[in-house]
Amino acid sequence: MTARLVVEGLGCVRGDRPVFRDIGFSLDAGGALVLTGPNGAGKSSLLRTLAGLLAPSAGRILWDGAEVAEDPEAFRRSLHFVGHADAVKPVFTVAENLSFWARLRGADAIRPALGHFGLDRLADLPAGLLSAGQRRRLTLARLLAAPAALWLLDEPAVTLDREAVAALDEAMSSHRATGGLVVVATHGDVAIPDATSLALGARAS
Amino acid sequence: MIAILATVVRRDVRLAVRRGGDAATVVAFFVVTVTLFPFGIGPEPNLLARIAPGVLWVSALLSATLSLDRLFRSDLEDGSLDLLALAPCPLIVVVLGKVVAHWLTTGLPLIAAAPLLAVLLGLPWQGFGSLVLALLLGTPCLSLVGAIGAALTLGVRRAGVLVALLVLPLTVPVLIFGVAAVEAAVTGLPAAPHLMLLGGLLLGALALAPWVTAAAVRLALE
Repeated sequence: MTARLVVEGLGCVRGDRPVFRDIGFSLDAGGALVLTGPNGAGKSSLLRTLAGLLAPSAGRILWDGAEVAEDPEAFRRSLHFVGHADAVKPVFTVAENLSFWARLRGADAIRPALGHFGLDRLADLPAGLLSAGQRRRLTLARLLAAPAALWLLDEPAVTLDREAVAALDEAMSSHRATGGLVVVATHGDVAIPDATSLALGARAS
Repeated sequence: MIAILATVVRRDVRLAVRRGGDAATVVAFFVVTVTLFPFGIGPEPNLLARIAPGVLWVSALLSATLSLDRLFRSDLEDGSLDLLALAPCPLIVVVLGKVVAHWLTTGLPLIAAAPLLAVLLGLPWQGFGSLVLALLLGTPCLSLVGAIGAALTLGVRRAGVLVALLVLPLTVPVLIFGVAAVEAAVTGLPAAPHLMLLGGLLLGALALAPWVTAAAVRLALE
């Protein structure tokens, strides 16, 4: 993979209030970017803008040298987004939840992903019975069930126990070792060696 | 793209079946509304047979709008809609999949229940064929147009009645031609022109509604 993410002069306005502006960075294959900043600094907004869920008010995002806005579907195929919400349906079993998201991206093998996050023995349990941390693991298992080069993670380690955080760290480092990119917003609960870091200010005035 | 469509349809149908309540409530509401009319109007066979097409159609439209609020809302609330919008295909494919699933879980049960209720109201047997055909063409229109209303009201909490207010006026053409098809058949006139107009409405809705709905969903995610 020779993926490369370049962001130039990105700005975001929500409800007439600038959330952030003039954000620029570039990330090469195997790179990681850690977004830090206090609550309300715009970490989630930046991740949603990168994913294409929010329209930027200024600037542009380039993926592999091509502007993302020109072929959003190709870009979506190469990214995974993990937001605050877990996107888990309580009436489906653990395996059914994961296999839907995997199949949406044309992938089928979900067992290794469940195994990595210690969910293989819960595969046939209705997801409504899971604890908050187990639901989070199920959400993170999406990352491994279908391959995508760019991971956008919004505070992925919230509610995870130490063992699961280790599994997440391991997943991220092996993803980067094969040329994947990671952008993660965190308050310091995930350990990412040699990551670039981007501090977002409290309030752009 | 077809694979994604099929995946979304299968998932939504399975969700509706597991939850159980939704489809059953829609059909139960349909049955109860229709059976109220003989009580309100009195057991006069001629009068009931005369108003049967209109009663069946209005009740079917009202029942189908009941379940529209759930179409996107539960996915918005648990974050699934974000991920569906990030699926590697145009958003209209996902929207269309959800609409098809909505029709399979509400439109089809309504069509299955309609002939039984037509017997209850004493609809002449000549009208049964057109009733089912007209509902087959008309209920998908309602799912398509209803999806627009459901997506537009995503920003509003508890939008159940608001969806009905938005959607029901738009279904008036379906109602007019649906009732006309049944009445034509009952009075021995050809029902085909009305059915063809219903088919035209369905094609129009199919061509336009998914785009509008997808745009409204994108707005709701912002």
